[in-house]
Formats: sequence, C-alpha cells, structure tokens
Amino acid sequence: MRVVVDFDLCESNAVCMGIAPEVFEVRDDDFLYVLQENPSEELRPKIEEAVQRCPKQAISIEE
Amino acid sequence: MNPLGSVVVVGASLGGMHAAHTLRKEGFDGTITVVDTDEHTPYDKPPLTKQFLKGDWDAERITLPAAQEELGIDWRLGARATALDVGAQTLTIDRDGAAERLAYDGLVIAAGASARRLPLPTGMEGVHVLRTLDDALAVRAALDRTPSRVVVIGAGFIGAEVAATSRGRGLDVTILEALDVPLERALGAQMGAVCGAIHRDHGVDLRLGTGVDGFEGTGRVEAVTLSDGSRLDADLVVVGIGVVPNTAWLEGSGLTIDNGIVVDDTLLAAPGVVAAGDIARFPSRRFGQSLRIEHWENAIQMGEAAARRLLVPDGGAAAVYDPVPWFWSDQYDRKIQLAGHSGADDVVEVVIGSTDERRFVALYGRAGRVVGVLGMNRPRHVMQLRQLVVDGASWDDGRAQAAGLA
Repeated sequence: MRVVVDFDLCESNAVCMGIAPEVFEVRDDDFLYVLQENPSEELRPKIEEAVQRCPKQAISIEE
Repeated sequence: MNPLGSVVVVGASLGGMHAAHTLRKEGFDGTITVVDTDEHTPYDKPPLTKQFLKGDWDAERITLPAAQEELGIDWRLGARATALDVGAQTLTIDRDGAAERLAYDGLVIAAGASARRLPLPTGMEGVHVLRTLDDALAVRAALDRTPSRVVVIGAGFIGAEVAATSRGRGLDVTILEALDVPLERALGAQMGAVCGAIHRDHGVDLRLGTGVDGFEGTGRVEAVTLSDGSRLDADLVVVGIGVVPNTAWLEGSGLTIDNGIVVDDTLLAAPGVVAAGDIARFPSRRFGQSLRIEHWENAIQMGEAAARRLLVPDGGAAAVYDPVPWFWSDQYDRKIQLAGHSGADDVVEVVIGSTDERRFVALYGRAGRVVGVLGMNRPRHVMQLRQLVVDGASWDDGRAQAAGLA
C-alpha cells in the first residue's frame, strides 16, 4: 500500500494527522508531510478513515 | 445477520451518502433508495463558497466520492419527501406532482437544512442565498458580471466566505451585520471581533449593528435600505443569515421536532428511523446539552453512525454518539478552525501566537474544563490540542500543554 497526497488539493486542515499521526504530520510551516509512504497493513483502517475524512479529498491509497 | 431488507435515505448530501456507503461497507445487501429534492449528482458543499464561486472549480469537481461508488442505489433525485408514517413504515415522496409511496424497514433522515430567508418581500433579481449548487451557480454568474458592489447580509461563516471570495475577485464588498459583534454567540465577543477584523484587513466595509429594512429597485435590486435610515447602492446581494432544518414535512409524523429532529444518544428518532447531519438534534453527554451541528465533518460521522445504528438488531447494544465537533472556514489567506464546542459565556484565552498577527490558538473553558480549541492559521496545533477536549482536560492542564507547544 502506498499513500498518495495530492498537494495541489491539500489545504493542511490536519484532519489526517488527527487520525493517523504515524503517517501524516502538519508541521510548523503549515505544510503536510507524509512520514511513511508505504505504511504497514495494520495502519490501513486509519488511513482509509483519513481518506474518507479529508475535507479536500486529497489523500488516496495505491496498492 | 440483521433483518433489514430495505433502507430509504432522505437526503443525498454528505450525511445521507455516507450512511449509504456505510450500510454497504457493513455488509447490508438489501435495497437502498436515496431521495433528494436536488436533481444534481450529489455534491460537496464547502467549495461552493470558495473554489467554485471563485471560478476555479466546476460542478464535476465537487461530486461526492460516495456518489461515484457502485453502491447499487435506487435513486429518486428531484423528489421531495412529503409525509412519513412511522407505524406503517412508509415514506411518501413527490416528483413533479406524481406521488410515490416507499415502504422501508429502515429510514435514514438526512434531509439537511435550507438557507434562512429575510423576513422581507423577496422575488427581486440580484438578491440571493447560497446553500445549494444552483444557488452557487446563480451567485457565480452574478459575480462574473462584475457588480459594482457586493452586499453580504450576515457576517457568519457563509457570508464571510462569500465576502472573501468576492474580494478575491477584486470586487467592492460591504458586509452588513445586525449584531455588534460577528459570531458572538458562537465564539464570544473577543474572538468574534477578530473574525470581523480580518474582513477590514482585506478592505471590506464591515458595518456592525446594522440591520436591513428593505431593498430598492424595479424588478432588480439597486440599493439596500438600512436600519439607520441610510441606503447603500448594491447590484448583488447575498443573504447569509443561517439555516433552518428541513422538518416541515414531518409535522404530524409522530417524530419529535424541536429545531431539528430530536434523536436519542444513539441517533434513533423512532423505531427503525434514524436521523443525521444538520437536521438532527442529539443529546451530547460530553457537553451536557442537546446539539444540532451544521458542520461538514459531523455530517459524515453522524451519517456513518446512523447507518450502523440501523443495523443493530432489536435488543442489541447500540453505540452512543458523542463526538468532539470540528469545522474549518477558509477566508482570504486565513484558516479558522474550531475543535469542540464554544459558547459566548466560556472563558477564552489565547495560548499560542497573538490575535494581532492573525495567527493564534485560543482555548475555551467551561466549569474548569477545556471545551474548545479555536485556531487561526494554526491547523497543527488545533489538531494536537483537540485531544484536550476529547479527554475533558482541566483548564490548567490545557494551558500547560498549549504552553509546551508554543
């Protein structure tokens, strides 16, 4: 599984960071950083939730 | 398995579509019928006042993901729910004058809310509300004609975003707000004043304590007459004075209506009937009061929770719905976010940054506990400090944690 963020859409609402801080981090510069591009399968439910909850629909999962 | 064979969902916006999505995800393989007055493919509303109104995005861009999935939905778009019979488990809908009765085993009511209208004679061209895609198309077309002045009535979040987008298009904008402080009831006087100030930072004529008496013009609006007796030339007026839950059709249905459909703490309104989103009023244990939340994220969470509630068999254990609300509003180059539930009577303290730099975090406290986290251009800190509200942290612990992040 690969986590893909469309940074043209991302508005740094940090919702994903609230759900899966192991994978997503909004830093002091207000930009989102993906900490793990290929996270382990056990994180899938959290990442799927982040995909659903992103207000900009900017996150997707590639298999 | 659960005994449901058919579910009807009233409302194809965020709450209803997430309910349908969740039903399928949880393995429900019966029929799902989705009814909505709006004929458009279900769409996401937040961009309507921003990217869509600016002209950057078109309607295809805001289609809801759940509307693109293969959920096997039996659509009734452009149809209005007119009556509910809870005992007989039937919903009556009307489409272009043709009535249809839908039997259901489970019903999700996520019919949302409608823009509140001014208690003034309407029907004049150039006076708009902004709630639906059709509303946004009309306002965008009006902005494309480069009005000499845009007048926004109401300094709430919808009005604020319309004002910001209009300014972004280089137009003259006046905001009329009847109260002395914008958003005072929601955010308190201090933070409401900051939210008002960012409009003035960007050259908007923000007039507080100014009501609207009426409109002048022949067929098309030419001016707004104000409560102080003056008049203001205007060729485009956008009214953003809140919303009214769409419950009129439920009068006499037996459901309890009190500024929304009253549901229990598991979102049940009656046997086999759940409600979600802007239309639903639920008892919040966390905040000790009933809440009807109009936020984007709540519609998703509540739609999902309502769907799962329907799938609980009689006598089964149903989950309690008790979220920490969260919303955001983008205006100019500022992002306002609130996690939790703020009120005008709460203690408010800026704990990171300053209001002068328009980049800060403020905590809201009630009875010694942190109940809300408000941020302006501080998304990282809002999301980190949101946990204080989740945990019901003490005010002192909240301040200490925030100081550690500053």
